[in-house]
Amino acid sequence: MLEKADQVFLLLRDWLVGFLPPGWRSAAGVVLGVIGIIAVFPGLFAITTVLERKGLGRMQNRLGPNRVGPFGILQPIADAIKSLTKEDIVPLNADAVVHFLAPVFLVVVVFMGFAVLPVGRNMVLVNMDSGLLFYFAMGASTEVSIFMAGWSSRNKYSLLGAMRAVAQMISYEVPLLLSSVVIVMMTGSLSLVKIVEAQNQYTWGLPHWYIFTPWGCAAFVMYAVAATAETNRSPFDLPEGESELVAGYFTEYSGFKFALFFLGEYLAMLSISGLGTTLFLGGWSSPLALLNWVPSWIWFFSKVMLSISVLIWVRGTLPRLRQDQLMNFAWKFVLPMTLLNLMVAALWRFLGDGWARWVICSAILLLVYVAAGRVGMRREHFGPRTYRYAE
Amino acid sequence: MLGEGILKGLTETARNFAGSFVSAERLTTVQYPEQRIPTAENARVFPFLVYDGKDWEAGMRCVACQICEKECPPKCIYIEKSKDKKPDFVGKMQIYPAKFDIDVSVCMSCQICVEVCPFEAIKMDTEFELSTTDRFGGLLYDRKQLSRSNEYYHKIHPTEAAEVDARLAEEKAKAEAKAKAAAEAAVAKASAGPSVPAKATAVPAAGPAAPAAKSADAASRPKPAGGGE
Repeated sequence: MLEKADQVFLLLRDWLVGFLPPGWRSAAGVVLGVIGIIAVFPGLFAITTVLERKGLGRMQNRLGPNRVGPFGILQPIADAIKSLTKEDIVPLNADAVVHFLAPVFLVVVVFMGFAVLPVGRNMVLVNMDSGLLFYFAMGASTEVSIFMAGWSSRNKYSLLGAMRAVAQMISYEVPLLLSSVVIVMMTGSLSLVKIVEAQNQYTWGLPHWYIFTPWGCAAFVMYAVAATAETNRSPFDLPEGESELVAGYFTEYSGFKFALFFLGEYLAMLSISGLGTTLFLGGWSSPLALLNWVPSWIWFFSKVMLSISVLIWVRGTLPRLRQDQLMNFAWKFVLPMTLLNLMVAALWRFLGDGWARWVICSAILLLVYVAAGRVGMRREHFGPRTYRYAE
Repeated sequence: MLGEGILKGLTETARNFAGSFVSAERLTTVQYPEQRIPTAENARVFPFLVYDGKDWEAGMRCVACQICEKECPPKCIYIEKSKDKKPDFVGKMQIYPAKFDIDVSVCMSCQICVEVCPFEAIKMDTEFELSTTDRFGGLLYDRKQLSRSNEYYHKIHPTEAAEVDARLAEEKAKAEAKAKAAAEAAVAKASAGPSVPAKATAVPAAGPAAPAAKSADAASRPKPAGGGE
């Protein structure tokens, strides 16, 4: 019975596909999987928007949306209707084709990333051997769409936002990759399914999640920072800093194209949380051996939503960084730490079993973290600002 | 250590988040159309005309002296005097406004009309939900719409209204004492010299009221034409 609950979606798919002639079945199964992804993740997006607005409201001592439906839970529907019925304006000087393609491309690329995420036991659309590589290829493509949007709009704010976005995303792509490489080193596989399986083991009822190792924990922190920057979330929301750039690269978008950008952004957040869950938090495996009877997809989605809540919490807490702080943090702190983490992971591997590797690895990481924080992130004291005006 | 401040900030927001569910001080939102907080006593929106008693027309304090009309900076008050007279709160015969219009779309809530009114007849209201679908007629209030009872005034500005009432009562007592003294003097005079009985009692009673009204009339009559522009 519980086995069936775990595999309920796969059984449903097989039952539906069973009505078709045998030759069509595998293709139809894939289509159904795609439909599932396209239905589930935008649904989560709707939940996330309402969760975010209400959560942020509570953090700022206000109520948040509470007018549409009970406790305002129907707010996303109202928002969707609003953005669908709004006028779609394309600036006169804009490159209309690219302007149209940018949001579409963003959403398509972000959806592609979901293809390799295992959302439950046996529940992965494409079990690719190089799933992680594919995911990062897709994740990096979002930069192209953002630059398309900024460039085609012919607006200074859009272009500045796009420039910032590309600079930021390329800078943080490196630590994002390097922090994930550690996992690949330890698992010996780029397949996300294998990575989850490696974590789905228990000692004394506790899971072997990578976050519970010194290098895994450090990598997770780096990954979280880089992922926040990668999805342009606060405090790294410089590309769309509304107090500086109106709305950044989607300044010139309205109506449903704007909604698509919004959707793409939140889907990217969901997918990068999903990847973080897969890499560090054991994917669909349960947090205690006792709870293995709970369907695996429940664990995956609750972990994703938990990560999203943390992102919302961070957004409610931190102010936006300055461009130089952002770049300094990426290149002077996060990148060296991820490189060090690679060494530590190697050390862990070669120190063999025992308590010694726990102490040594944790000590190295902590010491370097504190020292780098003290030295690398020292506050710079600039002299009084001077201006040189044109004569 | 790096990140300490972030943790501190995260604790603060978490405390706000959790606190908003349990403590009323953390969640200060008043959901306006359903919930309201009482307006402050010294709140002011637009002026209204005070009347004593039950009947707004009979009890209206305004004597159409037009000082407010002249002082009003944006010139949003328009007054037309009556031809006849009616007794005021002391019982003295006074003219009254046949027309008293305030265009609240022009009014700037400066309260100068209230400051200059010698008859405590115009006061500031606290009613602010005045939206209307007719922006020309709907925002031009005539004297009936402007009239509010003294009880209403007590309700919205209790301290101020009590002061005003005390002042008016004092004035009334003074007027009554004066009338009484005059009557007594007349009685004494009548008893002293019996030669002119009827004329002596009539003159002191009507004497002060009629010239005052006449002089106020004379002073303000030429002005409205010039003051309106």
